[in-house]
Amino acid sequence: MKGSLTNTGTAVRAGVGSGRDAWVAVVQAVVFFGVVAGAWEAGSRAGWWNPVLIPSPSDIFRYIGEALGKGELQSACYVTLRRLVFGYAVGILLGIPLGLLTARFRFAANTLGVMALGLQTLPSVCWVPLSILWFHSNPEGAMLFIVVMGTLWAVLLATDHGIRQIPPIYRRAAATMGSNGFHLLWHVLLPASLPHLVSGAKQGWAFAWRSLMAAEIYVAISTGFGLGHLLHFGRELHAMDQVAAVMLVIIVIGFAADKALFSPWERFLRRRWGLTV
Amino acid sequence: MTIEDELHNAAPAKLTVDRVTKVYRGKRQDVKALDDVSLTVGEGEFVCLLGPSGCGKSTLLNLIAGLEQPDAGTLTADGELIEGPGRQRGVMFQEHALFPWLDVTQNVLFGLNLKPNLSDEDRRGVARAFLEIVGLTPFANSGIHELSGGMKQRVALARALAPNPQVLCMDEPFAALDAMTREQLYDDLQKIQQQRRKTVVFVTHNVREAVCLGDRVLLFTPRPGRIRAEFRIELPRPRNINDVAVAQLATTITTELKSLLKAENV
Repeated sequence: MKGSLTNTGTAVRAGVGSGRDAWVAVVQAVVFFGVVAGAWEAGSRAGWWNPVLIPSPSDIFRYIGEALGKGELQSACYVTLRRLVFGYAVGILLGIPLGLLTARFRFAANTLGVMALGLQTLPSVCWVPLSILWFHSNPEGAMLFIVVMGTLWAVLLATDHGIRQIPPIYRRAAATMGSNGFHLLWHVLLPASLPHLVSGAKQGWAFAWRSLMAAEIYVAISTGFGLGHLLHFGRELHAMDQVAAVMLVIIVIGFAADKALFSPWERFLRRRWGLTV
Repeated sequence: MTIEDELHNAAPAKLTVDRVTKVYRGKRQDVKALDDVSLTVGEGEFVCLLGPSGCGKSTLLNLIAGLEQPDAGTLTADGELIEGPGRQRGVMFQEHALFPWLDVTQNVLFGLNLKPNLSDEDRRGVARAFLEIVGLTPFANSGIHELSGGMKQRVALARALAPNPQVLCMDEPFAALDAMTREQLYDDLQKIQQQRRKTVVFVTHNVREAVCLGDRVLLFTPRPGRIRAEFRIELPRPRNINDVAVAQLATTITTELKSLLKAENV
């Protein structure tokens, strides 16, 4: 009961998060990035480095403006996010039930659990050569496979761990109130492992995002150009402003998705558990 | 079923424990936690199981709650064999065991939600009534981590009582609290027991606590766990833990316990 579920003073204080703190955080970040971009732009204009190797912020934003005007960037974002969301959803929908299996059955833990542990250490970009062969006529399938491989094992292991660390007293207390079977799973085991599920989902998201970028850069494709392809073309055209712009877009999307997907859960954990993930 | 029916106290059950033995199989040796223990608890009786740690009193409580099964012997509640946990027998543990993902009211609703034939409105009404009984109405929507230790145990008490069990099993529920909070809870518990008479099995290693709360105190000795003496406490209620009569009786029982332990060389 002690361990991660007990709230500490710092966690509670972090949970209070007054409006003023939030403002300070925003202002500090804006000033920091403003200063960095300003110095960078000034350095580029002063000719301190080769603008082909290190494109200036103004070049990057010019490219973004042009690409948005042509609709190229929007369509690349859409294609990438579609693949990502689909692959991630498959990873979560497979990972959580399989994690429940490995937590519940020793046989599953000794087989599937060991496999998950092994495959989780494999960067999913390593699947690219095989998946291109396996799905040669279906590049979307190849990319889906790579994203699922990136997500699945992290989610599975986090679920397994989350279920195992549940204090036994929760099950006992629930049992004395008549909870068992599916009710126990849905109303006790899953919520009790929520802190682990959320951090597993978050890790899965990060892996999925990395895997997809790798896949889009490596897999030649005719079914829609994503951000990875845009980055790859930028390299082939030696247009570093394009490369840097796509990198920036990837960062912004990753950041926004992280906030949009996980912040509500983290707020809930903080409010109820008095806990930060 | 209406909320009035629901709030009307369920008739307390009679418990029988008949020649129960429980052995824990260990790596090096087996531990006989209970050896041929028999007892009867009357309807609405408050029985304290008292003894040093490792004497099997918690094991007996878990068997009554249905959380564990005996190796020999039988346990019944109102003549029915106890085969598993069930909401006729509410349990309070030493740790509050409240669910941190639910707020105070939702915790109290947990057992109620598993009771069929109640409307959601009735369930909420019952939960409100029990939060009122334990004096936590202002904290109905608080998170568990925002409560003090004593408040948590009160929520746990409300949660155990809300589904209207016939029996209340309490496993050292106040052991982790400070003395002041504990004394307050002795008063509360006696008051609640007066309003809603339950059959209570209360495990403790605190002699005064047992004398203060129990109608009857059963003395356990360990290895193997056995009931060695029984004291009927006839003091008037409500009792105060600091009362001289309680202290005197506690001294008598402590002396008895010590001589029993000495005789057995434990």
